[in-house]
Amino acid sequence: MDEMRLDGNAAAGPLAELFARDITAAVATCAKCGRATPVGSLFDYGQTMGVVLRCNGCEAAMLRLVRTPGSLRLDPSGLSLLIVSVEQEA
Amino acid sequence: MTPPLARLEWKVATVVDIRDETRRARTLVLEVPEWPGHLAGQHVDVRLVAEDGYQAQRSYSIASAPGSRHVELTVERIENAEVSPYLCDVLQRGDGVEVRGPIGGYFVWRSEDPGPLLLVGGGSGVVPLMSMLRHHAANARIPARLLYSARTLDDVIYRNELDALAATGGAEISIALTRESPGDWRGFRRRIDRAMLEEIAWPASEGARAYVCGPTPLVESVATLLVELGYDASQVRTERFGPTG
Repeated sequence: MDEMRLDGNAAAGPLAELFARDITAAVATCAKCGRATPVGSLFDYGQTMGVVLRCNGCEAAMLRLVRTPGSLRLDPSGLSLLIVSVEQEA
Repeated sequence: MTPPLARLEWKVATVVDIRDETRRARTLVLEVPEWPGHLAGQHVDVRLVAEDGYQAQRSYSIASAPGSRHVELTVERIENAEVSPYLCDVLQRGDGVEVRGPIGGYFVWRSEDPGPLLLVGGGSGVVPLMSMLRHHAANARIPARLLYSARTLDDVIYRNELDALAATGGAEISIALTRESPGDWRGFRRRIDRAMLEEIAWPASEGARAYVCGPTPLVESVATLLVELGYDASQVRTERFGPTG
């Protein structure tokens, strides 16, 4: 591996292919240990095959995103909650 | 707050200038069509496509300040890597390169953010911190400090600009040289450690916001030490780079 970054910040581009908002500042809760941290601070061991974000506490896989020909495949089963701050509607 | 994103699309940027920063790092000055502007700390993805269709994609932090006319990326050459040798050795002025961005909402500093600004970087991890320092110098009155770890003085990226910022009082700059240093070197001569952070970082009670970027071991050690010194984990934002140089 060479100049790859190793956290959720680097996954922001691929995640933006799926989500309508940047979610690196969103707070994700690990389904396994319950730790809640910003997506940008999660560990990222993916990138070649896709994105695999792991809990920075227990290292459980929280979110996997893979691009295949013609589809984006998201496995969010390690994620129990995702909170995205948004502007309040008037 | 995260507003909905404009659709993130690949665009062909044109290299309008190239500046060598150190033996191993250079800055690509890019003209990106319809660039919407960026926040300090954001990055772009760069994609290279070979003739056989093979693609390699990497993320590179933006070095230029928000509002700059061009987007500047400072790229460090990693030997035997797929992307950085091409960007550092092959790409010429006038060439096109595919980019998408700006990207990222976590490792981002806005000039209205409260509290002193503490920046800690290692190696090319200084790049997004430089965007913050440039933005800070033009827009903010809160104090800013940079603690920057490099192997040797020749490996210090943006050295002249950092010297100028320090001389004009725009920011306090401390450099730690970890491998070799000139005989008359007045900065630190070791890796960043707890004593160094106790000296450089504001006490936790002052509400500083810390941004730490560099190789994973440096980032994790500095973030842990800052929390031990009383910083709230939410006040310490991190961005890890893969290699240790």
